[in-house]
Amino acid sequence: MAYSFPEEVLEHVFSFIHTDKDRNAISLVCKSWYEVERWSRRRIFIGNCYAVSPGIVIRRFPELRSVALKGKPHFADFNLVPDGWGGNVYPWIAAMAMAYPMLEELRLKRMVVTDESLELISRSFKNFKVLVLSSCEGFSTDGLAAIAANCSGRFSEESRISSFDLLSFATFFLSNQTKRYNRFELKPACEVDIGSPISLIPDFAHHWCPSTFPAWPPRCPSLRTLRLNRAVPLDRLPNLLRRAPQLVELGTGAYSAEHRPEVFSSLAGAFSNCKELKSLSGFWDVVPDYLPAVYPACSGITSLNLSYATIQSPDLIKLVTQCQNLQRLWVLDYIEDSGLDALAASCKDLQELRVFPSEPYDMEGNVALTEQGLVSVSEGCPKLHSVLYFCRQMTNAALVSIAKNRPNMTRFRLCIIEPRTRDYQTLEPLDVGFGAIVEHCKELHRLSLSGLLTDRVFEYIGTHAKKLEMLSVAFAGDGDLGLHHVLSGCKSLRKLEIRDCPFGDKALLANAAKLETMRSLWMSSCSVSFGACKLLGQKMPRLNVEVMDERGRPDSRPESCSVEKLYIYRSVAGPRSDMPRFVWTMKTPS
Amino acid sequence: MSIPLEHDYIGLSEAPSMERASDKISSASSSTISSESEKSTALNLRETELRLGLPGSESPERKPQLGVSLFGKDLEDKTNGYSLGSLKGFVSGAKRGFSDAIDGSGKWVFSVNGGSEVDLGKGAKSCMPGPAMKDVAAPSSPKPVQEKKPQASAANEHASAPAAKAQVVGWPPIRSFRKNTMASSAKNNEDAEGKSGLGCLYVKVSMDGAPYLRKVDLKIYCNYMELSSALEKMFSCFTIGQCGSHGLPGRDGLTESHLMDLLHGSEYVLTYEDKDGDWMLVGDVPWEMFTESCKRLRIMKGSEAIGLAPRAMEKCKNRN
Repeated sequence: MAYSFPEEVLEHVFSFIHTDKDRNAISLVCKSWYEVERWSRRRIFIGNCYAVSPGIVIRRFPELRSVALKGKPHFADFNLVPDGWGGNVYPWIAAMAMAYPMLEELRLKRMVVTDESLELISRSFKNFKVLVLSSCEGFSTDGLAAIAANCSGRFSEESRISSFDLLSFATFFLSNQTKRYNRFELKPACEVDIGSPISLIPDFAHHWCPSTFPAWPPRCPSLRTLRLNRAVPLDRLPNLLRRAPQLVELGTGAYSAEHRPEVFSSLAGAFSNCKELKSLSGFWDVVPDYLPAVYPACSGITSLNLSYATIQSPDLIKLVTQCQNLQRLWVLDYIEDSGLDALAASCKDLQELRVFPSEPYDMEGNVALTEQGLVSVSEGCPKLHSVLYFCRQMTNAALVSIAKNRPNMTRFRLCIIEPRTRDYQTLEPLDVGFGAIVEHCKELHRLSLSGLLTDRVFEYIGTHAKKLEMLSVAFAGDGDLGLHHVLSGCKSLRKLEIRDCPFGDKALLANAAKLETMRSLWMSSCSVSFGACKLLGQKMPRLNVEVMDERGRPDSRPESCSVEKLYIYRSVAGPRSDMPRFVWTMKTPS
Repeated sequence: MSIPLEHDYIGLSEAPSMERASDKISSASSSTISSESEKSTALNLRETELRLGLPGSESPERKPQLGVSLFGKDLEDKTNGYSLGSLKGFVSGAKRGFSDAIDGSGKWVFSVNGGSEVDLGKGAKSCMPGPAMKDVAAPSSPKPVQEKKPQASAANEHASAPAAKAQVVGWPPIRSFRKNTMASSAKNNEDAEGKSGLGCLYVKVSMDGAPYLRKVDLKIYCNYMELSSALEKMFSCFTIGQCGSHGLPGRDGLTESHLMDLLHGSEYVLTYEDKDGDWMLVGDVPWEMFTESCKRLRIMKGSEAIGLAPRAMEKCKNRN
């Protein structure tokens, strides 16, 4: 067969193709394109670390430089996945150490990363540049120290040790260990996330003082991101900002101090000097008196994370209305409807809004935040497309308004705090409201439901939500029909997570084939029987059907008994071998 | 110099602060906390010692052995004793929480000192348990008081929330870190005005001649000696003149003479306003009774203490 182009030309053309989707499409054209593509692919994203084995990846893509892996299911964020479930990255590191000595980037999310793994990383990759650990756990500062020590000399301008979100944290600066690893005072780094608000802080706060680290942060002209730990006191901030006036993203430490005019003016001066500042976060333990110090920087701010700032609506309004160019706002429900009205009036560029609950376990509700706030923002902000909203009441009418106002909505996550809450005006379920959302917002790719919902809402979703990729359902539905609508109707569905819904065997078994087109399905506290799980496992060899049950072996109970938790995902690697004692894979008879 | 009878509660003969700290921890621990603090080593006690610095002061050198270990690994075992509900009801979160989080491995490094300095040093209005509280809570991924929903949840459209609701695991869907941070911040808001909340008891402390007042959380201390020490540090900047003349001892522990000099000696007398509105001399009643009745503190110039505490006045005169 004559080739139209020599491989080198193909390769050169392919070097302009970056997205996974496009690359995957190229590789399907013909064998020679497949070959050229696989040798030239440099980055890969593996959304489920158990969907494929390290060996398979390495065999197909021998020249990767950047690997991204995700481990646990999303509901692990809410403590629904017991400890020890899995997601250990070590086998991947071990395999890649041999196969990819030139690996530069590793991005892990919801994985278990031990110190051993970190040490192996630090020894194995000569050109390592970027390590991102999001929502990972299992490591200590020892592991990080190993990374820093062994990679330090080789970190280039792009290197960064990124923040550790959620479950586990370590700061980069260890108390005494910093003395040994002095040389990596992050001179080359352009992003420093002295992240975790949680831990290790006193050491950092203590050691970061003029006498110990006189030049810290060093005059690092490439430092773009700096997020401080909660215990870094406010009076250190001006100095720090003066050393890094080119900062683009800043996370403050504690944002409180006794009101002293000289600290205030020093801070305000420092902020006005930061002409590149686009993103602000932190604001731990905020004292409102000091907020105006930030105002000089507000006109450039596009992203503001006030979601830990326990300040009241008037102060929030004053701050937010200064930020005319705001695109992203994360805030507590202290902002209230009045604050959201002000937001809608001032921030016309707003694209993403997240409102978190200040008192999530308080049944009564402590703030004047209702559905009206969200409606206002949907009316006033034409670019708003991503919403996460916690509230205590909702109406179908409000949802319909929002849907009609914002047909460009792409991510809509509504959490009405009390499960099964009705429309408080009509006392109806919220089916019609969410139905309007999926009907009008044709580009919607992520949806989280709450409130009282019957099977009707799932019918709407199955009918209209053709671009929906991720759906989260809790305390909803009447029976199997609901699940059936979703599985049979949502063409683009990749991730479905369900808890506490009366969905059973029928819908699951009837739509078994659909499951192979999705990344994963999570069902907990539903009505899927052990028998159905076994059947599914037997019939679908390319699915891993994992039953999680802390009550003991599922076969010690009748087959009709519901399983506690079910996690089904497609895989070309077969059942995994690292399951803990409370997870069973339903095997296909060989 | 000392008259044991009068100074019973201040306790001249008491052990140095390090051991005091351990008493403080154990006595103050809320009953809901599992007693992992028993394994605390002397090392850890030092870390729990209250060090109240003025704003901007640095925390002292940390012990090198205290490395850090990460939550996921070490603390998962500890979660059993915790529930979010009880975390909210902590007695004066930070310091106790810290001790409970320490496990024998000594791998924890907490923000008690750094945090407490920041918090207390600024005499903030809000009662802040401090970051240590969150440190405890956050990593332990506490499982809220669980009420497992029935697996076949009835499609009962009339199911409405009962008034007293037990928490459901993982609902509302908020990440653990945020949950725990907000739980402790909520405490801050409640107790902001120094009301006698569960967690803390902030009272104003004024000192004659000082340009501004401070606030202290009485719940943190378990005896007069600790309170005195804290006040001494807080207001030391205003008494430099006097201190100098008595020869400043090492600041690590308390010394009788310094304490006495500062508060009962040459110039100043520590007094408090009780529930009835009367100004009383600090030190007469048992500590618990004192904390319950004290509304505010005042470091009074000796010359103004006439009629307030005749014995104190006599001492002043004797010293001079």
